Amino acid sequence: MAVCLPPQGPVTGLEAIPLSSPLHWFKLQVCINREGIHQTVPMFAFTIKRLAVAIPTLFILILLSFFLMQMAPGSPFTGDFNLPPEILANLQAKYHLDKPLWQQFMYYLGDLMQGDLGPSFKYKDYTVNELVAQSLPVSLTIGSVAFIFTVITGVTLGTLAALKQNSWVDYTVMTFSMIGIVLPSFVIAPLMVLIFAVTLQWLPAGGWNDGNWANMILPVSAMAILYMASVARIMRSSMIETLNSNFIRTAKAKGLPQRVIILRHALKPALLPVISYLGPAFVGIITGSVVIETVFGLPGMGQHFVNGALNRDYSLVLGLTIIIGALTILFTAIVDILYGLIDPKIRVGK
Amino acid sequence: MKKPFKALPIASMSLLAIATSAIISTTASAAIVPEGTKLASVQELVRGNGAEPASLDPQKVEGTPGSTVTKDLFEGLITQDADGNVIPGQAESWTVSDDNKVFTFKIRDNAKWSNGEPVKASDFVFAFRRAVDPALASRYAWYMEIPTIINATDIVNGKMKPETLGVKALDDKTFQVTLEKPVPYFVKMLAHQTMFPVPEAVVKKFGDDWTRPENIVTNGAFTLKDWVVNEKLVLERNANYWNDKETVIDKVTYLPITSQTAELSRYKAGELDMTNEIPLEHYKSLKKQIPEQIKTTPQLGTYYYAFNLQEKPFDDVRIRQALSYAINRSAITDYILKQGQIPAYTFTPQAVAGFTPPATEYSKLSQKERDQKARDLMKAAGFDKSNPLKLNLLYNTSESHKKVAIAISQMWKPLGVQVTLENQEWKTFLDSRDEGKFQVARAGWIGDYNEPSTMLDLNTTTHGNNDGKYSSKRYDQLMAKSRVVTSDEERAKLYAEAEEILAEDMPIAPVYQYVTSRLVKNHVGGYPLNNVEDNVFTRDLYIKQ
Repeated sequence: MAVCLPPQGPVTGLEAIPLSSPLHWFKLQVCINREGIHQTVPMFAFTIKRLAVAIPTLFILILLSFFLMQMAPGSPFTGDFNLPPEILANLQAKYHLDKPLWQQFMYYLGDLMQGDLGPSFKYKDYTVNELVAQSLPVSLTIGSVAFIFTVITGVTLGTLAALKQNSWVDYTVMTFSMIGIVLPSFVIAPLMVLIFAVTLQWLPAGGWNDGNWANMILPVSAMAILYMASVARIMRSSMIETLNSNFIRTAKAKGLPQRVIILRHALKPALLPVISYLGPAFVGIITGSVVIETVFGLPGMGQHFVNGALNRDYSLVLGLTIIIGALTILFTAIVDILYGLIDPKIRVGK
Repeated sequence: MKKPFKALPIASMSLLAIATSAIISTTASAAIVPEGTKLASVQELVRGNGAEPASLDPQKVEGTPGSTVTKDLFEGLITQDADGNVIPGQAESWTVSDDNKVFTFKIRDNAKWSNGEPVKASDFVFAFRRAVDPALASRYAWYMEIPTIINATDIVNGKMKPETLGVKALDDKTFQVTLEKPVPYFVKMLAHQTMFPVPEAVVKKFGDDWTRPENIVTNGAFTLKDWVVNEKLVLERNANYWNDKETVIDKVTYLPITSQTAELSRYKAGELDMTNEIPLEHYKSLKKQIPEQIKTTPQLGTYYYAFNLQEKPFDDVRIRQALSYAINRSAITDYILKQGQIPAYTFTPQAVAGFTPPATEYSKLSQKERDQKARDLMKAAGFDKSNPLKLNLLYNTSESHKKVAIAISQMWKPLGVQVTLENQEWKTFLDSRDEGKFQVARAGWIGDYNEPSTMLDLNTTTHGNNDGKYSSKRYDQLMAKSRVVTSDEERAKLYAEAEEILAEDMPIAPVYQYVTSRLVKNHVGGYPLNNVEDNVFTRDLYIKQ
């Protein structure tokens, strides 16, 4: 019989998920076996366990979204012109909305099993699958670039600030990151358009142009600034704390060069809170921000999500909910695995 | 957009030249470039389009963004010139039978689809049948029911097969429509996309995917090159269009920008040649900076407040009159909207063709006199400051509706009215209004064809958008009579009488007449300033040097 202990918490409590959080139940667990030897639960079993939970979670998500969506006042066919009853009836019949709700749900599930998210109620020339296929890559590209940018710059700036604590470098980084945190994207994005597109005319004010780099600079920056600011702040405090810990003092006493101390010994543990912060944020970043997409006229998922809800485009909203839900589950799992890989305290027993 | 409900107008001999007569016009659908204008070497236009079109299939389109684009891609039997007058489109001429029920159209010999195939009468037959086919479930099927095309209603109801619709291809180039009752403005209605042809062979081959750039075949001045949902629609000149030689623009790109401020930024950054709208809060500064780029056109529509006659005390005509009189309409148009909107004292706007709305009695008074009258009426109805009337004013969430609502609630204050403002998200709002869950609600109505009945029918008892449930026998009878009288003058008299009844019963309080305002760059020529239905065909535009 093995006694399983929860993994060690992150180094700082700043952005950390509390140990009591259910998120931790499925983390890679440190177990003590009968002989008292530490060992980890195998990755494979862990993955299976995650999957077993993912399917019912997704099902509940679909169930709730399906019925909540239908409960919203109005229907996909509500317009300022009230349709004559016979035309409304034809429309409802075409989309099976004339059937009882449970039957509609079964239809939906049946199609879903075959990977069919159904036709869009609003965009009559497209199916939801097609809309997703067109918009997901756009959001994914912008989100990934913004994410990489966020991590590299945020971590670097945070580390620099920590190393030069209370110097002008620190103050500058912290001031800018505070600005980044307090200014919402619906202020930053139009401001950037005003400066770089309208006034200076250096960059396009909007559009995607098949992912032309010039079209990506502004939206990616607007998106990255917000997260970058938070990352820099978290990184700074976590790095300061790590630098004050015993093992760093030991490394310093051994006369290791600073570069090695930072990169090899301090960076990894200092990154943990950043990962706890970015993990949940990641899905949000890559599935599109409605503000950024609206301001820059980008054909991503964020616009579909909001317009879908406003138009009562049931199938589009459901489809996107399922995709974002599945991605959230997937990436939470990946973050947990990363967490295990990066935290030496969890890897005992190897 | 707001659409009219079943208007069933019957017989008018003079609205259009009817009776067995061939109508051949030399006016063409084309850009009219004044002599001496130097055209730019690159003829490419970028237009803001407000939102992503719901579809590009003429029989599935709903909403303005889609209808604007389909009007560039397809052409009906007739079309409109820059001022909105009927001119021949795919049909070069047409005849009307003696009983005004049979319309026969001669399709141009050189009318071709973009793939070079001839446009056939059978394409029209196919399109008209699709529009009423329950399997396609067109939202606009009612548009085929209004002119009473034979069996249209029974087909929509599923009682008859689409093949029984009163349309026929007499030969490849002759198309015939038969109506149950004479409709004076049937030819005018053909400018609507629901009655545009679709290429039968292509639609059958590709099914729902036929509107994709790689499949689509069009008969209008342009054809579809690229389509990225929520980003852009790129249209290129259709070399097979019958009047292509007079088209100037080579390429037009539509951007579905939903945010007005984002649209304005892109206009200022030079990425757009024409916006779809102008944000209210920027209007004043734009008027100072670039007044010559602001183009304002009167629109066939009225902004109004509907009273719920099912709810006490709004069943009391004195209350409705008092509330309407107390609205200082010119203060709203001059100080809040400021875009050239016209104060409305009738439901039909002045922009409508062939009818001048009467000067209703209360419109002739000064605002001071109206206010006095309003106070007296309110008092007579038993309300004053010591016994205030508490009412709920419902509008859909939007800054400009809010501004108007706040102003009007201030104007009502001296009457002893305490207003609670309530805003709801669009579809929730529509649901509340439709189900009569309101006391006073903001509303707007934009006509579908250029004729007063498109407006006035709304106040008839059975109209689907008569949200306040106003019911007047006299009004209903008048509107019914207007469909059977034969002369324009007589009909106009009836319409004027209907307006007087509205002014007396005040089931709604008209506030202002809509205008369309957009920014158009100085290098764009041919922008129409008199098309009250806001049909801006790209084929009529050109780029100056």
